[in-house]
Parts: sequence; structure tokens; C-alpha cells
Amino acid sequence: MAEYRLMKGNEVIAEAAIRCGCDGYFGYPITPQSEIMETLMLRKPWEETGMVVLQAESEVAAINMVYGGAGCGKKVMTSSSSPGISLKQEGLTYIAGAELPCLVVNVVRGGPGLGTIQPAQSDYFQAVKGGGHGDYHLIVLAPASVQEMNDFVDEGFDLAFKYRNPVMILTDGVIGQMMEKVKLSEYKPRWTEEEIKKMHGSWATTGKSPDRDYNIITSLELDSGRQEQFNHKLIAKYNTIKENEVRYEAINCDDADYIIVAYGSSSRISQKAVTIAREKGIKVGLLRPITLFPYPTKVIQEMANRVKGFLAVEMSAGQMVEDVRLAVNGKVPVEHYGRLGGMIPTPNEVVAALEEKIIKAK
Amino acid sequence: MDVKDIIKPENLVYKKSSILTDKVMHYCPGCSHGVVHKLVAEVIEEMNIQEQTIAVSPVGCSVLAYNYLSVDWHEAAHGRAPAVATAIKRLMPEKYVFTYQGDGDLASIGTAEIIHACNRGEKIVVIFINNGIYGMTGGQMAPTTLEGMATSTSPYGRDVKMAGHPLKITELIAQLPGTEYVTRQAVHTPAAVRKCKKAILKAFQNVGQNNGTQFIEVVSTCSSGWKLNPVKSNEWMVENMFPYYPLGDLKG
Repeated sequence: MAEYRLMKGNEVIAEAAIRCGCDGYFGYPITPQSEIMETLMLRKPWEETGMVVLQAESEVAAINMVYGGAGCGKKVMTSSSSPGISLKQEGLTYIAGAELPCLVVNVVRGGPGLGTIQPAQSDYFQAVKGGGHGDYHLIVLAPASVQEMNDFVDEGFDLAFKYRNPVMILTDGVIGQMMEKVKLSEYKPRWTEEEIKKMHGSWATTGKSPDRDYNIITSLELDSGRQEQFNHKLIAKYNTIKENEVRYEAINCDDADYIIVAYGSSSRISQKAVTIAREKGIKVGLLRPITLFPYPTKVIQEMANRVKGFLAVEMSAGQMVEDVRLAVNGKVPVEHYGRLGGMIPTPNEVVAALEEKIIKAK
Repeated sequence: MDVKDIIKPENLVYKKSSILTDKVMHYCPGCSHGVVHKLVAEVIEEMNIQEQTIAVSPVGCSVLAYNYLSVDWHEAAHGRAPAVATAIKRLMPEKYVFTYQGDGDLASIGTAEIIHACNRGEKIVVIFINNGIYGMTGGQMAPTTLEGMATSTSPYGRDVKMAGHPLKITELIAQLPGTEYVTRQAVHTPAAVRKCKKAILKAFQNVGQNNGTQFIEVVSTCSSGWKLNPVKSNEWMVENMFPYYPLGDLKG
């Protein structure tokens, strides 16, 4: 029977991890996401499912623990917020370079530097364009509700193992801290050692057995030709991901003259803005990218042929708007509206921005 | 008598460990890495734990250690091997997990990771090669470079007022309740090689009992970095490194 609870976004990340058979969580406290590790420590999943939970000495250590655990073919994860995610970039590029699966949650706060502990969406570039050094991508999921915080944990692990690629849940202090009704997932047992050997024994450090050569987890290739080949292999993988894994939600877009593009908490605010604008007679729709990498570029390209303009609403100085512009490619105006530093836009501000920047400007 | 008459099982006095691969090692002549690799391989073979062993290699000269020992390897980022090993051991407690790290890796960039892994008493073996120099990048000053020792980034000799004193990290590690066995060894003579092997064996046996962290420093030579031939390197090590990094057990 389905189990419903009123929970914080951060808390449900922890609950979903336990229920989806996660093997290990490695973290370091930082506001506004500390409830994730706090919930896990309170729940003691090592007694229930055998899941390992460890508070590391730093974000750097935590992501390298994830690197080690992912190398074993285990379902491992970490979480942090913006300054901590910056520290994890080294580990993330190694994990991407070694083609390992893992889940990273970024409950974004405003920056740069220590910035603020209030919510923001200013880590978009870092999340979707690479973040660390070298040519690589994370798969980036953007939940817009506590329910999606729950759902994307299991889904994130599925994608991570399907493509052997790190997956990031890019959320923010609004979704992390707010409480909503959530339908919890069914329990899935953790994989047994035998199952892991069967599924991932060809690459994971499960221990050399007589039936296979020894495995090496590494991102090092000193031969330039072979490194280039590997880079092309990664590009091919990212292209497959772009082909198969784009997710988005289109609300009131069919008859729309204007499209608001927004993800995560901004999409919730924008949804209300759409209602207000429609009451005023403005035909506006909301496109909510659910995957930020891969980005719903084709959908925007198609919409650009029939609408009069796009407004990207995000709590940043204008990051995702660049991907909207790339997709629209000059066909119609694309503008950005955002609040910064932990400030959250109101639906009325969004409607006003749409009128001023797109409708009147035309 | 033909040479073939001598090659008989009963005459066998030395055999390459089955854990060592046939790849030609990239290490310089006189480098201690090859000897320590061999000792670790022999211990793994003698304990019959090839299938249970997961090794973590560092960044430094031994970054390619995974080419030489046929166990599953995880190549870590610079200094992060203890964090990588922590997760492997915690997620697979029945495994023998060891890190193999140089002085730049363990005692400079990875200081936080090694101190905290040892403080938590992670049930891993740490093999720490201390040759007082960054070999792979071409002979720069290491945290363990001796006072007055010339390197490419301390060309007039290490000035402790500017660069601080050489770090005796093994002494720090020995203070931590999480460590069970902490020792400092070398491989410059046959006797030292035998003692070092005994220490490595003890560390692996201890960790098999799921006791605390096992830490073995091997004071080592770097002929290329020190710009000395292998024989002179050993002599220089005995004269200069051993007084500052004295051999023997610090704990356990």
C-alpha cells in the first residue's frame, strides 16, 4: 500500500536513497542541505538495509569516497550545496573520466564565494557545461517538487548505471527546505555481491577472479591518440543521452504566443505567472526542462517556429537563457528575468517582466 | 654439465611472484618502487588473497602501479587514495584494501585524507614511499625534502624559514588512536628488504583481522631526482635520510 508523508525535500532525498537500495552515502555538512545526512544518521539504514553512511572530513574526501564506492559497482551518492559542490568538481571529473555511475545532489545557494545560504539557481553553468576540467558532462535532473526529489533519486541511479555516468540532481534551497505531501517509493533490496559481479564485474573492482583479467578504474591515458579516441567515445555517449533522455513538461504551450522557460523552483513560480497572465488575456505557456543536460533543445527549436518570444526565468544572472538562445537561434526574441542573491521572484514580477521585456519591446 | 641440467624444481631459489605482471616497469634504475611492488606482490601471493585484494594507486611515479600487480586497482586523484580506499573497504568489508602513495601525494596534498582515514581507523594498509622529492614531475621539493637539499624548486637547498621543515608525518600518524601498526622501513640492503617484507606481511595479516589502520613508510631512493647513481643514492639515503627518518616500528 502506498505510503504518503509530509516531508522536506532534503529529508525525502535521504528516505528515497534508503528505499532504492543505495549502498553508500558520503557527505559533509553545509546549509541548506544538512538535513540529508542528518536524516540518514537518524534513520540508521546500516541496521536496516546495510547502507553505509559516513560523514567525511571534507567535500573533497566525500566525493572521492563516492569515486571509490562507484568503482566497486555500488550505488553511492553524496550531497552538498554550491561552495561544497565546487570542491567536488575534482572528483566529478575523475568519475566522469573513469566512466563511473554515481548520484550527486546540489541544493543550490547563492554565490559567488560563500555568498548566501538562501536559494539560487546560479550553478547552472557548473552543472550542465562540465564544471571540472576536461570535456565531460553530467546528466542533470531538475526536480520542481518534493515528490520529484523522491522520484529522481531512484531514476538518477538508473540513468547513472545505464550510461556509467555521474548524475546530478540540481535543486535549490526552496525545494530542499519546503514541505509537501510525497508518495514514498517501494523498498528495493540492495544488490548482492553476486548480482554486482554479474552486472558490473567486467569493469568494477569486485576483486580479480579466475574467470577475468584484473580490472583497473582509471581516468589516465598517456597516449594522445588513445585519449582522443576515448574523448570521442564520451562524445558519442553524450549524443546517445541527448537522443534518448530529454525530459520536459509543457504546460499551456499548444496555443501559446509566448513561452516562459523555467526549471525547478522558478518553474513553480512561473506556473502561477502563466495563470495570472492568461487571466489577463496573454497567451503564455510554460516549458519546464526536467533534464538540464540533455537540454530540450529540439522542443524549443520547434516552438520558435510558432511563438513570438521566450522569457527564461531563473534565479541567476542569466545562465540557462543562453541555452534557450542557442536553440531559438535568433528567430524570435529571448530575454531573461531573474532575481539574485537568495531573492525569489514573485509570479507578478514574472508577468511584469514578460510584458516589459517581450510583449511591449516587440 | 649443461645449464639445462641445473634448471630443476629442487634447485629453484627464486621465483617471480605470480601477482607481478610481465609488463616492463617504467621506474628508473635504482628506484625503490620496484622492490616494494615485488614485496607487496609476494605477500598477496603468499596469503593467497589476490581475489580479495583491491589496490588504490596515487598520483606520482607509482600512478601506473596498476600495470604491475594483477589485482583490481582503483587509480585515485592526487592525495585522495585514503578517501577512495575508505569507501571501498566500508562497502566491501571482507576485502583487503591498500593504498600505495608517495610523499607528495600522502604528506602534502593528501594530508587531510590520510590523517582522517587513520584517525577513523579505517581497516586498510597504507604503503608510503618517502624519497623526499617529487619524482614524476621532475624533481621538485616535497614536504619530506631534507633541510638544505637541492631540488628544482629549491635550487639553493630547502630553506626551512621559507618552506618549513621536512614533515615527519609518520610520527604524526603514530599518535592517532585509529592506527594499529606504524613502522618505518627501507629496501636498500637484502636484510632491509627482508625486514620490509615482514612488515608488509604483518600489516596485511593485521588488516585481515579487521584491526585499525596499518601504516608502512618506506624510506626510498630517487636516483634521477637526487641526481646520483643507484649505489650513491643508497649511501646518501643512509647518511642523510635515516638520521631524520629513523627506521623501526613506531607503534604496534
